[in-house]
Amino acid sequence: MTDQKRQELEALALRVREHIVRLSTDGGCFTGASLSCADLLVYLYADCLNVRPDNLTDPTRDYLFLSKGHDVPALYGTFVELGFIDKARLDQHLSTDDHIYWHPNRHVPGVEFHSGSLGHLPSVALGVALDCKLRGQDNKVIVITGDGELNEGTVWESLLVASAHKVNNLTLVVDRNHFQANVATEDLIPLEPMAPKFEAFGCEVRRIDGHDFAQLEAAFSALPFSETKPSVIICDTVRGRGLPSIEARADRWFCNFSAEEVDELLRELHSQVATTLTSETLTVR
Amino acid sequence: MTYEELIKQTALADDRIVVMTAENRALIRNLPAVLGPRFIDTGITEQTLIGAAAGLALRGRVPILHALATFLTLRAFEFIRTDVGIGQLPVKLSGFVPGFLSDGNGPTHQAIEDVSLMRGIPGMTVFAPADEQDMLAMLPAIWASPAPAYVRVNTRPAMYEHAPFEIGKAEIVAEGTDVTILTYGMLFEQTLVARELLQAQGKSVGLINLRSLKPIDEAALLDVVRRGSLIVTVEDHFVTGGLYSILAEVLLRNQLTARVLPLALEERWYRPGRLSAVLEYEGFTGHHIARRITEHLGESGAAIAEGPAVLENEFAE
Repeated sequence: MTDQKRQELEALALRVREHIVRLSTDGGCFTGASLSCADLLVYLYADCLNVRPDNLTDPTRDYLFLSKGHDVPALYGTFVELGFIDKARLDQHLSTDDHIYWHPNRHVPGVEFHSGSLGHLPSVALGVALDCKLRGQDNKVIVITGDGELNEGTVWESLLVASAHKVNNLTLVVDRNHFQANVATEDLIPLEPMAPKFEAFGCEVRRIDGHDFAQLEAAFSALPFSETKPSVIICDTVRGRGLPSIEARADRWFCNFSAEEVDELLRELHSQVATTLTSETLTVR
Repeated sequence: MTYEELIKQTALADDRIVVMTAENRALIRNLPAVLGPRFIDTGITEQTLIGAAAGLALRGRVPILHALATFLTLRAFEFIRTDVGIGQLPVKLSGFVPGFLSDGNGPTHQAIEDVSLMRGIPGMTVFAPADEQDMLAMLPAIWASPAPAYVRVNTRPAMYEHAPFEIGKAEIVAEGTDVTILTYGMLFEQTLVARELLQAQGKSVGLINLRSLKPIDEAALLDVVRRGSLIVTVEDHFVTGGLYSILAEVLLRNQLTARVLPLALEERWYRPGRLSAVLEYEGFTGHHIARRITEHLGESGAAIAEGPAVLENEFAE
């Protein structure tokens, strides 16, 4: 990846993070989980996948399914920046006048399927990937799960089936931010060693730094990893990435900041110097 | 024509159709060879089956899912509700051995809340054919509809020549002034017997094969209510959420009341055994149904003749 390309993507990701921070007030949103996958989504939509505002009904487009639906602010931000939706729609966050809420839905152009209930979209993506194969199309079908989401048996069930049917056009990406809702994953249901688990389920696995655009490019441009197996990319990420004051904290999953805190956090996003959040306006859900 | 042949014929004529199963092949053993990659067996994974069907439907396919009624509707309920229901996708659920048809399996396999669950999902349509001929008359319209659908699969031989099918229309077998029996699914054959036995006692007995439980034929139900007869709902389902509840909803919605005798399963699973023994034990043979109705009317059931033997269930899985 050229330096110029990397800088463009970093600038784009910074703008997406601004959207996430701005959505983290007046009702709030799942800030921490959104910040961890912002780079991943920016890379996929801006530089990797064949999906654009003008080809959303083309059956040969690439598909991205966001199974960890609560990180949809990262998707909203990416969609605004890339012209899928009008920025004004984000002002309707949590308004019943629009459909911009805490989980994805198909009233938002670019959202392939609704999510929110964890462990669903690996199987939905499997169905789409099966159909692409049936029709002899080589679209990429990507499904992003959280790491806590790996608690759900249906993630593994879907991979068993995908692997049995040799669905090598399906790629499952784990946003490995090391936290589930309220606790560190390894303190609750330990997931490591993670790669061998996916390998044992018949997948070809790569593990990368999910904030490093060069590594993202190297991994995704190598898809499919196998002629017969589904691919898995484990992206090691940091919950809350970009806001040093909330990074890697168990209690910064859902955030509902005051307007003043949002202003301070936007400055923090640019300076990368941690502020100290004094008031606990956080709502833990 | 059989269920399998109808699927085959429909799928060969329409390449949108894909047939999927969670490894329940008793009725569809010949389809893999005919349909090739459009036959997808996900193994014993009802949830993944539903999710993948939703994905296929997103791509324009019409998946017909054949799996055991209980695991399909219960194990995968949230997937049906969330992926198929919220998605409003044309996924066609075929629930095998519903109600009493899981005869000897035991309570783990008894789908006797399936109608209640499926009709609770917005946009879902629900059907229960009386026998194989009825089912073959119903399925083409159900599969052609853009709505998600749940069908209680029933391959028992027909004891009645059925009328053509229309979604949302009941089949009025007979009108009566003393009693009207409302039923659906495999108990239809027993209610035919019960009706004969009651008619032999000099009663005027109506009989309706509901066929389509959602949408329900509200006009047909209101006609029965206006006739003023005793209404008997007969179903192999919990008394909660099935036909008795549907009738109650129709009555309330229209600010009406009626004399209603529900014959259904009350707050317990049924005693497993061969089908004839189950119907005998639970009181759902034609003879039992006729006696229960007679006794409800305050008369002795002693004079009710025995009905014919119950034909055993041919399929299990």
